[in-house]
Amino acid sequence: MNNDTQQNDFSVKIGLAEMLKGGAIMDVTNAEQAKIAEDAGACAVMALERIPADIRRDGGVARMSNPKMIEEIQQTVSIPVMAKCRIGHFAEAQILQALEVDFIDESEVLTPADESNHIFKRDFTVPFVCGATNLGEALRRIGEGAAMIRTKGEAGSGNIVEAVRHMRALQNEMQRLTTVSKEQRMSISKDMGAPYDLVCYVAEHGKLPVPNFSAGGIATPADAALVRQLGAEAVFVGSGIFKSDDPAARARAIVKATTYFDDPTVLLEVSRGLQAGMKGLEMSEIPEDERLAARGW
Amino acid sequence: MRKTVGILALQGAYQKHVDTLSALRITPVLVRRPEELKNCAALILPGGESTTISLLIQQYDLYEAIKIFAASHPVMGVCAGMIMMATEVDDKRVEPLGLIPFKALRNHYGRQVHSFTTAIKLADSDFNGNAFPATFIRAPGITDMAPQVKILACYKNEAVMIQADRHLALSFHPELSGDTRIHEYWLRNL
Repeated sequence: MNNDTQQNDFSVKIGLAEMLKGGAIMDVTNAEQAKIAEDAGACAVMALERIPADIRRDGGVARMSNPKMIEEIQQTVSIPVMAKCRIGHFAEAQILQALEVDFIDESEVLTPADESNHIFKRDFTVPFVCGATNLGEALRRIGEGAAMIRTKGEAGSGNIVEAVRHMRALQNEMQRLTTVSKEQRMSISKDMGAPYDLVCYVAEHGKLPVPNFSAGGIATPADAALVRQLGAEAVFVGSGIFKSDDPAARARAIVKATTYFDDPTVLLEVSRGLQAGMKGLEMSEIPEDERLAARGW
Repeated sequence: MRKTVGILALQGAYQKHVDTLSALRITPVLVRRPEELKNCAALILPGGESTTISLLIQQYDLYEAIKIFAASHPVMGVCAGMIMMATEVDDKRVEPLGLIPFKALRNHYGRQVHSFTTAIKLADSDFNGNAFPATFIRAPGITDMAPQVKILACYKNEAVMIQADRHLALSFHPELSGDTRIHEYWLRNL
């Protein structure tokens, strides 16, 4: 390398994920909401036309957002701007990369475009984040080139139970891998459907080779603190903020709860006085075939 | 006795500095409250989002505490942390600490698709003269330095690493490289 050589390799992609740690990434649907999120201390925003709760309510095909709307948000805020593409829809991802979004979320919240394959993410310069419900799924996504994993939870539910289930599953499987003998790693790789070298990495380090965030169902400061204490390195907050009665105050409270996640005095202080949160859905109200977390292969 | 160095842990890449300091046999301490500075011999302001970090510094009484700490202890600011070191920032939402007299330019090197790693030459002989693998992530720029500020490294004729007294400010991320020379240089007189 010399002074004129620039490289954008995998470590540069993970580098941005490292910078987002300890922060709250918020779903926003227009420039005004993006401004509220940034002023509240969000470390990034996710630009999308409809938040998950509305996608769930409206039905129909959910696609990549209109580039014009994403551009307006890019022009309004200085923090990183992320956007979602459909699972397997590499043409949407190409458009988002040309738009220079800072991170692409290949997301189960949108209607999948490919029922067998995810995007081959290593071909892109822009980093990707993907959802996972367990370790095998996380390692398949990393194998394809994801620079960040977020546990899926159940987007648009306002219910933290699935986020907890997925974070616990991931942590338990990683913990277990560190205790098995080397002979068992190949068999585990086969059972999980996960790349062998990544199974070995987790067995040796006890963690993923990329940052591990939490998403799907975070509606309160306490929810953010809960998933942080369970091992999430940062949080994505979707419908929870702009479906509440007090978006700006709630956004500020969740930012603080994400930083001071293990300090109950701060959690109490920021939880006090918030207005009603989003109503949310009991999981039994969401039919199995409408659960977004099941999307992804 | 092992020395203790604080890392501001409000938001951002603080864990990578924990790893770097541990490799140097220094005890890292995460700093989220003013009283946690008490046992620290030096402080790192890590990368992250400067708007987020600035807001939390103000809200949790760290602004004055860090300024007082910096009057008698070395501080190293990286990326967003470098922005916090400046006397002036091209964004009113960030209230910098003014630890080194220069102006910080946010996102000077562009959005993430323009982030990169490159080898930079370190000016000082203290670095063994070898190139350093510098990773720039949506990196800020350095301009309008006061005369007493020393430039330790440049990229394309622009300063990317500067020093004043015992304080260091960097546009790029030494903690992402696995190369500990810059941390060692900063901590050499501790």
